[in-house]
Amino acid sequence: MLGEFSHQRMVAVARKEFLHIIRDPATLFFALFIPVLELFMLGYAIDTNVRFVATVVFNQCRTEESKRMIRMFENSKDFRVIKEVYSDAEMNSMIVSGKAQVAIKIPEDFSRQIEAKRSAQILVLVDGSHSSVAGVALNVSNAIALQESLKQYFSERTMLIESRPRILFNPDTRSANFFIPGLMVVMCQMMAIMLSANAIVREKEKGTLEQLFMTPVRASELILGKLIPYLVLTLVEFGTILFLMWSVFQVPIHGYVSTLVGLTFPFTLAFLGMGLYISTRVDTREAAGQMAMGTMMPSIFLSGYIFPLDSMPTFFWYVAFIFPTTWLIDAARGVILRGAGWSELWLHAVVLWGMGIASFALAAAKFRKRLS
Amino acid sequence: MLPPTIDARDVTIRFGSLTAVNRVSLTVAPGEVFGLLGPNGSGKTTLIRGLCGLVPLAEGKAIVLGRDVATESERVRAQIGYMSQKFSLYEDLTTRENIEFYSGIYGLSPAEAKARSEELMELTGVAPYLDQYAGRLSGGWKQRLALVCALLHRPRLIFLDEPTAGIDPVARRDLWDLLFRLAAEGISLVITTHYMDEAERCARVGYIYLSNLLVLGTPHELKQMPGVTPPGARWLEIYNADSANLLLRLRSLPGVLQATIFGQSIHALVREGCRNADLGLSQARVVETEPSLEDVFVTISRMQTEKK
Repeated sequence: MLGEFSHQRMVAVARKEFLHIIRDPATLFFALFIPVLELFMLGYAIDTNVRFVATVVFNQCRTEESKRMIRMFENSKDFRVIKEVYSDAEMNSMIVSGKAQVAIKIPEDFSRQIEAKRSAQILVLVDGSHSSVAGVALNVSNAIALQESLKQYFSERTMLIESRPRILFNPDTRSANFFIPGLMVVMCQMMAIMLSANAIVREKEKGTLEQLFMTPVRASELILGKLIPYLVLTLVEFGTILFLMWSVFQVPIHGYVSTLVGLTFPFTLAFLGMGLYISTRVDTREAAGQMAMGTMMPSIFLSGYIFPLDSMPTFFWYVAFIFPTTWLIDAARGVILRGAGWSELWLHAVVLWGMGIASFALAAAKFRKRLS
Repeated sequence: MLPPTIDARDVTIRFGSLTAVNRVSLTVAPGEVFGLLGPNGSGKTTLIRGLCGLVPLAEGKAIVLGRDVATESERVRAQIGYMSQKFSLYEDLTTRENIEFYSGIYGLSPAEAKARSEELMELTGVAPYLDQYAGRLSGGWKQRLALVCALLHRPRLIFLDEPTAGIDPVARRDLWDLLFRLAAEGISLVITTHYMDEAERCARVGYIYLSNLLVLGTPHELKQMPGVTPPGARWLEIYNADSANLLLRLRSLPGVLQATIFGQSIHALVREGCRNADLGLSQARVVETEPSLEDVFVTISRMQTEKK
């Protein structure tokens, strides 16, 4: 029947779109291989934990106490003494040249001050150009100084309070566990938006859209038929990264994969819709690519994928929740690392489905308007 | 008599303040080959898009295949075929895959699709190229494939927007033979072209200039139009050895209204009372002739420009 949604027409479009994907190995390779490459880069090469910071020592005191102090720094595993220096100038040049990030100077009167029950000082120079290294160096050196002071103060008596932190869910604080769930989400986003933005612009560029408009095919059939293959491809990609994460990088999945898929589906829908919207606005693939990049960048930076949400200024913290990416990354880490289920993530599900449906409906309406 | 395939009355199409098609009225009969001519940007393609219901009509009414395009454009589109000036099938799909895709789009059942595509392959001869990528076909074969895809759903009207632009003369003639076979089956064809020999093949021709349909009629009728040949003036075919120099000389003479070269001869419009001797043509072979379609279109375009 004319005038009604035709399943046959939609299937015809979907089949054709699958053929386009198969016939364009470059795009397929790019879409599937690059994420895997990035996965291995992130999984093996990147460790954001600060360990064994290169440190130089300038010990003017040379007493047993001063040497014990330095050993304490070394034993913390956060510092690695690479050299002992014998002048201020040498100490400074080690920092400026970047050979060491931290310098510890123990003045001549260190032991004498302690004997005299006066405050003994040690100087800790920290290179601030690596902010995370600087932060850790500062915290650890403060902690060591505090611990040492308390010990001196209480002498042989036991400590009154001792903090024993235990890290839940990711006990080794492995970066892979933190990054790969986020990477999975970001890659799905990139793929969904890039593929769908190109799908219609490519037909515009080649002039084939004009021919399609002359046929009875409806906007809804065209849109659904085009996006089904990309939805499948994106979910395959998601599954591949999930599998590699679990098998190669040994990140345990504590929750249910079905929960994850149930949340990824509306997320993909949201970005397919966004890509479709882009393709109604521009006429060339270059322009579509740039617009897709433009929407992707802020959502990557603000989503908590790399930079933790909690350290953002309040304004940006609110902005971050506009992006579906933020919601899915949070949910993915929840499911994979903490074993979260629907009872914890129902709000994420509601928001993602809302965003998915809204973005898709908006794009389809816009597209239909352009068509007729 | 059958009702007309296209019945357009005062069709006007506007884009904002720009009038792309201004009060165009025309009819196309079943099985008629109708030529639409005019310079680029004159509104031919827009008129076609309007007749398919792809752009809304600001004024006027168009009944295509018995249906009003303003309200039933989807039903109209299901019964028309369209071939655009640019090859607009999928180059990374094979001939067969393109045909299968359009069979699906037009809602043909598998059995119908098979029967119809075999029929059309016999007509067009694309069968040996079924498994080739469409992008690798030559221009003529691409157009045949496009025609197959435009004919799958047995349309009763086909729009062809410059179907022969950029294909070689042999392929061009073959395509026209095909088109006449379709017309013989009762399919109406609306063709835009810049080739005058193609315009001559059309049953009737409309000439669009600056959004207006200036003339409409059979090629013969158009050549007889009084405006084309001023009272008393004659069209001459002049055969001379050195036509290039002769052309320059003729153009400088006051008695010559128009002169242009056609291959070995000069085609000229001369005023009443100008004898061949006055024009210095005693040596040349001169034959009186009728205006060509090109003469018609050039003359009425000029008249239109002078009026403004």
